Amino acid sequence: MQKDIRRLSLILLFAPFALWIVLLILLPHVGMVFLSLREKIAPRVYEFGFANYIEFFNEPIYWNTLVRTGSMSLLVTVLALIIGFPIAYYIAKIAGPRVRGALFLFCLVPLWVSDLIRAFGWILLLRETGVVSNILQWTGLAAAPVEMLYNDVTVVIGLVYTVILFMIVPLASTLDGMDNSMIEAGYNLGGRGTTVLRRIIIPYAMPGIASGCIIVFMLTAGSYLTPILLGGKNSSWFTEQIYDQFITRYNWESGAAFGMLLLAFTSLVVWLGLRLTGQSLANTVTKT
Amino acid sequence: MRIKTTVTCMIAALVFGTASIAQAETLRLLTWGSYAPDELVQKFEAEYPDIKVEVTFSNNEEMIAKLRATGGAGFDLAQPSHDRIHAAQLEYDIYKPMDLSKIDTSVMSTVHLEGVKANTTIDGEVYSVPHQWGTSGLMADKSKAPEFKNWMDLCDPMYKGKTSMRLKRTILLGTAFSLGYDPFAAYADLDEYQRILDEVVEVLIACKDNIKAYWKGGDDLAALMLSGEIVASETWDSTAYRIYNENSNIVFVPPGTGALTWIDTFTLPRKAKADDAAYKWINFVLRPENVTIMSASTGAIAAVNGGQDLLPPDKKAAVTAAWSAEDIANLQFFANIPPGIEDMEGKALEKIKAATGG
Repeated sequence: MQKDIRRLSLILLFAPFALWIVLLILLPHVGMVFLSLREKIAPRVYEFGFANYIEFFNEPIYWNTLVRTGSMSLLVTVLALIIGFPIAYYIAKIAGPRVRGALFLFCLVPLWVSDLIRAFGWILLLRETGVVSNILQWTGLAAAPVEMLYNDVTVVIGLVYTVILFMIVPLASTLDGMDNSMIEAGYNLGGRGTTVLRRIIIPYAMPGIASGCIIVFMLTAGSYLTPILLGGKNSSWFTEQIYDQFITRYNWESGAAFGMLLLAFTSLVVWLGLRLTGQSLANTVTKT
Repeated sequence: MRIKTTVTCMIAALVFGTASIAQAETLRLLTWGSYAPDELVQKFEAEYPDIKVEVTFSNNEEMIAKLRATGGAGFDLAQPSHDRIHAAQLEYDIYKPMDLSKIDTSVMSTVHLEGVKANTTIDGEVYSVPHQWGTSGLMADKSKAPEFKNWMDLCDPMYKGKTSMRLKRTILLGTAFSLGYDPFAAYADLDEYQRILDEVVEVLIACKDNIKAYWKGGDDLAALMLSGEIVASETWDSTAYRIYNENSNIVFVPPGTGALTWIDTFTLPRKAKADDAAYKWINFVLRPENVTIMSASTGAIAAVNGGQDLLPPDKKAAVTAAWSAEDIANLQFFANIPPGIEDMEGKALEKIKAATGG
């Protein structure tokens, strides 16, 4: 009896998660794989084949966009790490317990507003007749209106702003678990600031860095709104390509193929990153 | 055993629950933003208390994608443009024929009704009737670009960095017309159309340097235009009329080669469940007093007799400022998009976007 109850409660606790994984993650992806392997012959006539994938590799525009998206996402990840690390370190190690809560809250506040509104915020700030441009003219730093919108730099800024929280949180929670005496010992043994950072803090924070980077990279490569709204004439983003295939070209087959390719590509990058830093996925998950 | 009973009970509850909701008739509209103003919906529900109206806002491409995903279920009335029905029906079988005897077609303006009928008749059955029509063309700030008249003026170095366009099929067609081609005639011969497209792509890539940014939506465009960051752009007429109300220097400019004309239709999805309510809605919004409310919201002209006179005063002023009788005689109706065209145009647009010209 006791055993039955325990087993039932286990099943009940596990069921929502299992349903979520199977119904919302696994099944749709299986569907996408099938869809991507369909070749369109004529209206309402389809055949099994790899044409959609071959098409991707034959058309330089497509894989160029994917490579572009990948490299810009990497840049965003690196910038988020460089900017986020000192913040996380300050929150976890330097700030007092009460300030810590307040700082975390400040980091969270932007998340209460939707992506769309935040992107429009940047548009209002950076456009030719926007706030920044006007201030520059008013202070005499610029003679004519300055256009800061519609280019890749803006896209990178917008993306870093959107995702940096996902870098700070895992980093701060890893650093939080670090014993302060380790840093003190480093200094006692004659290490300088940079040495302590390089030999003690960073190795300890490595699981946090890895998981933060994975989340940020995945979010960036899969983002749609920010690159579309802030990007300029030449800023193609791969998700835009997928949307176009699905919606404007009614080509679900190649849209599905592109989706699978994006998933494969980002997974490959993450795997390479873990390999190069000597981390394992299990390690990054348990330590943060 | 007990679990089985519980599950059965739950399923039964679910079935009965949904069934009781379905009894009060619901009209599920799949339409454009602003095509179902609250005022009209409330008026309709007051007149037919047993019908509840649910509105989903969308656009041409998403309407077709949504209906395709369900095989034409989930909505009772859709409003795609007249050129998006023939091919979508042949490819995906998502619409069903209309019973014209249930619609008061006598109030519809003949040219639009016949045009839509010609475009959407498959195997002798009519799939759509017209609702509102409008155009895609140009808009310019007359105080800064008084000479602006043609599609290719967007690429005139005189306005360098001061023009905009939407990177969609409209600009491909406009450019083709201004190069002296008739792209709609070329739809019949895909090789010929590809040649035209290649030329258009070259022109638009060279033009990239001249463009400030590609706009993505009406609000985007209005902000660019009203702030004075650009002086001219490709546009939807409704956006131009809206801007005219805020700055009367900015007018819609029908291009010299003819404004590109679309007609949004009423079309029944294949698995629609409330056809009668749908016909009631169609007849309801075609009444003169309701046409004015609708046009005030959409900024487009109703495809009824005297539709232009039924516009609200502010829109009428904007239309009068933009159109001459010649321009109206020169309208170019969007032709049915045959299968395969979307792919060709999509590739052309990708090439333009990916080119590093500007």
